[in-house]
Amino acid sequence: MFIKQISVFVENKAGRLAEITGLLERNNIDIRALSIADTRDFGILRLIVNDPDTAEKVLKDAGFTVSLTQVIAIGVNDEPGGLASAMKTLYENKISVEYMYAFISRTDKTAFVILRVEDNEKAIEVLKKFHIKVLTSEDLYTL
Amino acid sequence: MAEKYWNPQIETAPLHEMKALQSYRLSAKIREVYEKVPHYRKKMDEAGVKPEDIRSVEDLHLLPFTSKQDLRDTYPYGMFARPVEEVVRIHASSGTTGKQTVVGYTDHDIGIWSECTARALTAAGGDKNDFVHVSYGYGLFTGGFGLHCGAELIKATVIPVSVGNTKRQIQIMKDFGSTILCCTPSYALYLGETLEEMGISTDEIHLKAGIFGAEPWTEGMRRTIEKKLGIRAFDIYGLSEVIGPGVAFECSEQTGMHINEDHFIPEIIDPDTGEVLPEGEQGELVFTAITKEALPLMRYRTKDIAVLSRKKCSCGRTLIKLSKPQGRSDDMLIIRGVNVFPSQVESVLLDLGLTAPHYVLIVDRVDNKDRLEIKVEMSGEMFSDAVRHIEETEAVIQRAVESTLGISAKVTLVEPKSLERAEGKSKRVIDNRVYD
Repeated sequence: MFIKQISVFVENKAGRLAEITGLLERNNIDIRALSIADTRDFGILRLIVNDPDTAEKVLKDAGFTVSLTQVIAIGVNDEPGGLASAMKTLYENKISVEYMYAFISRTDKTAFVILRVEDNEKAIEVLKKFHIKVLTSEDLYTL
Repeated sequence: MAEKYWNPQIETAPLHEMKALQSYRLSAKIREVYEKVPHYRKKMDEAGVKPEDIRSVEDLHLLPFTSKQDLRDTYPYGMFARPVEEVVRIHASSGTTGKQTVVGYTDHDIGIWSECTARALTAAGGDKNDFVHVSYGYGLFTGGFGLHCGAELIKATVIPVSVGNTKRQIQIMKDFGSTILCCTPSYALYLGETLEEMGISTDEIHLKAGIFGAEPWTEGMRRTIEKKLGIRAFDIYGLSEVIGPGVAFECSEQTGMHINEDHFIPEIIDPDTGEVLPEGEQGELVFTAITKEALPLMRYRTKDIAVLSRKKCSCGRTLIKLSKPQGRSDDMLIIRGVNVFPSQVESVLLDLGLTAPHYVLIVDRVDNKDRLEIKVEMSGEMFSDAVRHIEETEAVIQRAVESTLGISAKVTLVEPKSLERAEGKSKRVIDNRVYD
């Protein structure tokens, strides 16, 4: 049920994002979702791609600092309150979110949220119990 | 105003008299260290020099050099020429590794030191009527005690404020009537700026002169300090291995520092070949302490790059003059008066269990204050997908670096392989400060 997320350390200097995305393009890697956490001096680029293992390898070979992290993807209704109910569930079950980012699908009225939490197992158990849709890697890649 | 000397006989001695005094003291001291310091005996034996070969200052070049490494090899007291029971004071400065460079003084040595800083204070216009405000650190660092003992010798009134609490310093300066300020030039500037911020004019304080040293400063800084504090600013030179501040001091001409050469014989050498260079040429400064008892270092390599001059000085002193040091022959940095070796940063990173990462120290002078930034290349073990963890790693490194170096620094993690490397070896220091 876990999704592999690629995290890349990026210094705040011109051309770094163009370089990373160009590298993925040349290796035929499709980006499903991304977010950037930025600070004054550096950023962390987080990517969900269709082939995380290859992506990790090509980025590492190019000299980037890369890590693979297990995250959770959930699907919520793309309407007011869709995300709120999921967040409420996590909060009430004492699951704190380190960070998250969302994207919407092209086909149906579902919004997808990538969640990074401390305890993945517990989070999934809670989400499932409250009937929140948890996606598998396959679900994501075939969107 | 007529020039005042603390010791006119020595300070204005004709050259031949000075050479005779140096030669007499040198040959006696060499016999003593050969006899009393096994490390010296070994070095001289290896170099094939006997004490009787050293009869005058002209023979000085025959002696082997001493370096910080010798002090490290014999840590802590191995180079002392007197038993520790005769030693009345210990000072220490940071070394390239975790170990301190330890220096000792007998009662007699403290007397020499007082004499040296008394000459400096007198040259700056000081006498028994003055209030000497010492804002150098008191402690293992030689700054505070060095000026303190000279001020007592000239019977001035010492105000041993030490470092920190700038507003209180200014209050004391104003209320106690400080007339001569002794501190690092960067702290003098900071005091000047704080004075302005507090809305106190230079007429409300009584300062007339300042003696500033322990770090490199420029003519521009001198002018700014003089204006902000309403004083004349004098340079002073020293290093703990030789004695501390007072090895050389500036006079009213303000064009270099007179070396107390009746105690410390200077030489300028080519740092690569060790060859002695003629007067006027730039090279590494070397000192031989010919009067000290506890730690009389022979031909000690200071690693400071400077020039010596015997040009006639308008102050009337005949003591040889030392230019402001123009850099270092090693990679030591002086930041806010504190000696910093890049290798100290490396040992901190290794102690934190980080595998020998590449790093660079970047020093800037912003608003006349030194600023140190340390860039460290990120490695897999430091990386995390969460900003919080990376910032924590930066903070951990920062705290460890600060506690080892004794000064604050900004730590920035950068991408692997992003720091410049020269011939495979990475460049450890980028010093953007400007020296006149």
